[in-house]
Amino acid sequence: MAVNILGYMERTSPIHKLSGITKLIVFLIWSSVAMLTYDTRVLLVLLIASLVIFQLSKIQLKDISFVLIIILAFLALNNVAIYLFSPQEGVQIYGSSHVIWDGIGRYNLTWEQLFYQMNITLKYFVVIPAALLFILTTHPSEFAASLNKVGISYKIGIAVSLALRYIPDIQRDFRTIAQVQQTRGIDLSKNEKLTKRLKNVISIMVPLIFSSLDRIEVISNAMELRSFGKHKQRTWYSARPLLKADVFTLMISLVLFIAAMVITFHDGTRFYNPF
Amino acid sequence: MRQPIIEFNHFTFKYYSQTDPTLKNIDVTIYQGEKVLILGPSGSGKSTLVHCLNGLVPFSYKGDIEGELFIKGNDTRNLDIFTISRMVGTVLQDTDGQFIGLNVGEDIAFSLENEKVPQHVMKESVQRVAELVEIERHIDHSIHELSGGQKQRVSVGGVMVNEEVEILLFDEPLANLDPATGQYAMELIDRIHQETNNTIMMIEHRLEDALHIDFDRVIVLDEGEVVFNGAPKQLLASHVLNQVHIREPLYLKALKYSGCEIEPDMGLEHIDTLNIAEDCQLQLKQWYTKSMERGEEEAFTPLLEVNNLNFRYQQDPILQNISFSIQQGEMVSIVGKNGAGKSTLSKLICGFEIMNSGQIFLEGEDITNQTIFERANHIGFVLQNPNHMISKHMIYDEVALGLVNRGYSQKEIEERVWETLKVCGLYQFRNWPISALSYGQKKRVTIASILVLEPNIIILDEPTAGQDFRHYTEMMEFLRQLNDNGTTILFITHDMHLMLEYTSRSIVLADGRLIADESAVDVITNDEIVDKANLKRTSLFDIAVKVGISDPKQFVHHFISYDRKVRARWQ
Amino acid sequence: MKGNLSIRTIVAIGIGAAVYVILGRFLTIPTGIPNTNIETAVAFLAFMAVLFGPVAGGLIGLIGHALKDVLLWGSIWWSWVFVSLFIGLFIGLFARRIAIENGEFGTKQIISFNVVQVIVQVIGWFLLAPLLDIIIYAEPANKVFTQGAVAGVSNIISVGVIGTILLAAYAKTRTKGNSLSKEA
Repeated sequence: MAVNILGYMERTSPIHKLSGITKLIVFLIWSSVAMLTYDTRVLLVLLIASLVIFQLSKIQLKDISFVLIIILAFLALNNVAIYLFSPQEGVQIYGSSHVIWDGIGRYNLTWEQLFYQMNITLKYFVVIPAALLFILTTHPSEFAASLNKVGISYKIGIAVSLALRYIPDIQRDFRTIAQVQQTRGIDLSKNEKLTKRLKNVISIMVPLIFSSLDRIEVISNAMELRSFGKHKQRTWYSARPLLKADVFTLMISLVLFIAAMVITFHDGTRFYNPF
Repeated sequence: MRQPIIEFNHFTFKYYSQTDPTLKNIDVTIYQGEKVLILGPSGSGKSTLVHCLNGLVPFSYKGDIEGELFIKGNDTRNLDIFTISRMVGTVLQDTDGQFIGLNVGEDIAFSLENEKVPQHVMKESVQRVAELVEIERHIDHSIHELSGGQKQRVSVGGVMVNEEVEILLFDEPLANLDPATGQYAMELIDRIHQETNNTIMMIEHRLEDALHIDFDRVIVLDEGEVVFNGAPKQLLASHVLNQVHIREPLYLKALKYSGCEIEPDMGLEHIDTLNIAEDCQLQLKQWYTKSMERGEEEAFTPLLEVNNLNFRYQQDPILQNISFSIQQGEMVSIVGKNGAGKSTLSKLICGFEIMNSGQIFLEGEDITNQTIFERANHIGFVLQNPNHMISKHMIYDEVALGLVNRGYSQKEIEERVWETLKVCGLYQFRNWPISALSYGQKKRVTIASILVLEPNIIILDEPTAGQDFRHYTEMMEFLRQLNDNGTTILFITHDMHLMLEYTSRSIVLADGRLIADESAVDVITNDEIVDKANLKRTSLFDIAVKVGISDPKQFVHHFISYDRKVRARWQ
Repeated sequence: MKGNLSIRTIVAIGIGAAVYVILGRFLTIPTGIPNTNIETAVAFLAFMAVLFGPVAGGLIGLIGHALKDVLLWGSIWWSWVFVSLFIGLFIGLFARRIAIENGEFGTKQIISFNVVQVIVQVIGWFLLAPLLDIIIYAEPANKVFTQGAVAGVSNIISVGVIGTILLAAYAKTRTKGNSLSKEA
């Protein structure tokens, strides 16, 4: 029933073979760089690199096409919104104005604005493949162990792993509850007044939430009976040791990170200004 | 002399939230390596007893303890839950809730991870245990790929992986399993016992199915007190089971009805070992011929017809070429293997899922393209778990919900809700909050909330799950009453006797196909169907064969109608 | 503090995050204004924060929101994820005095719960979210402040209506039925 939700995809690829910790750290470094930098050169290098890595992972475009469509739609909308709200943002940032087309009032089109919005879009194109790769190539079992290895309390790691474990179950509960409530005339897809919709939503939330509270009780007992929380540390059945390839990958990422930061910030601003 | 492993001395326990103690003055000693079965009606304190042993009482559920409990000679007051759980392993009833890992190996390893066992040692232990519970070929599978029986084996593995565990507790291991899988589970537990010589304690109210393996001892609880503590054969020969409303093995019940003298040494524990004396055989035959009556056959009109239904999920065929029809006023059961598609079939009938091909007719009208809401005017569906249906605080509001959304007037709603509550025996609780009701009563509220829409047919998923024999009888007699008043009823069950007792006809599914659609007695006495659909033949049939009754099926019929009359007096 | 998380709290975080994801994915109410939905997940977050406290609230916000973003979008909008953490944490912190387990949720509690949620969410959505958007993503200020305000208003409504109703429903199940008697 896990329709339209992303998840691990089994493949044999060098990316799949890397340890979850490596992928987690690279993902974090990668997204920090993409968040911090507006340097077009850095972004372009990252974009090309992520496309190459994507190729290596043997994940096909059709595997993720439904997410890509949502993301592209979101990006388009976001771009329109940025322009509508702030058509002169680029001019402000780069301190010059090369007008391409004269519009009404402040709504003209400048190279600076185009360049700025292209950079924003690039940022997403850099982050998205990294995040997707991380989700699609890291087995969820390894995820909790990886979080723990990068210094996060194992209890938090288990909480994340529980969430992943029970999402399909709760999705199934949700479906069943929604269907049963439909028999009684509670239909979410119908176009109704807001107050009616609120009422309907609550009729579905109450059974879902209260049965989830029961579930919390059962799982807590089960974990308690199996010695959870006995020690300050725990070991992980699914953890994978760091291999040479992992160390190598981590070192390259670190070098890239430093290089990206130096290139971005050496001139005191995180924007690369071609104008 | 064997070593005592568990000792209750004048042990009394009261939950903080309750006024009366749940366990009263328990004095029981259990010896190392024993297999003990614990019986008792709902609310008798069975679960609390098990919680006292595994440490959830008092560490998770707080309360006052008087007297003492020793586990392996240690006073539990001086132990913490971690120490206790190293000695006592618990297999919970809810195997879905107990499955914490994302795949089989990880789940089995869970307690080892918490004990900081190094990974390579864990891998070996998991492999060893997986072989013991026969799940080794599925070590990398996720829970969603496992059947009910397999999930349970993983739960057992997760407990067994800790080598120090000496006491194994099982909380209703048969509850969610089809009959054949249940039998297999019992055999597995027996084998584990032989290989490890652990002490085994099991709560299970399906006594006849539990006795598929030999127990050293049975403890019966009622209202927090031990009312029996001894060998199974002593218990079976006594009147205790009847007094506390626990279903006796059916072959034994038949002997008792016929007036036979029951002695402990007749091999009572199992139909195969049962030794029936000549005079007793004669009595049984006489009892049978004395009141022979044939079930009435009536002509019916078809109410619901399913034609060539096919359903696939993604690429996998779930149901193939299903065709059957239900007559007006019938009560029909759907039985079959875990995962055979029984629930899916019900959901397709109600329109929850869309079938790939086929047609459904209701009173001759094609409803294949009707929405869930439209179908709900004629077909009601009651889920197994009432908590998945209840969304209101007050009983009245919950039952009224469907009518309110259909725009009836306040007055009409009130009339119909009162009327339905009366039918469901809930009228006296009409101003109560649902949270104050028992599980069985909640289930009735959900039935009432469906019934109030006056459907022609109601489909119930496991109507008796989680209820003891007394509540089971109440629930089923209630459904029978509804049925007598004209509501057609269709229900899913794993309980073979339930199907025999209450339904004239059974639809049997196995691996997505309909393999039988005939009288319940014919189904349950046909070895080929029983085998294919993971069912189990009733011991009533076996005892009839054993004493040489010429028409064993008719004997089964006779027993059922006689038994029901007797039990009707409980209410 | 984290070392002493009880098992129940940890499980509540895990299951809470899973429910958050499902609600975020499947249960939103369109308001009629384009691209603006009433998120039921926020109401659920506030509910869990009151029941299980600030740590659970904050972590359900963090894990639930991050997982939702990742599973549905393939990327994480960190600025808003952080705001969810903030809201769960602070509603949990300030709503501590509501003894919901004892079934107390009358007018006084409803008012204090709502005062808390409005203040926390105003800070979160009207200030924190846009500021983080500007710092992290360098988006135009007036755009992100408008987005934050719209989200803030709809989430305050969500928690104020749905959250309050959920808490009241929960409190009712906790009251003891001593005064109940069967009626003929």
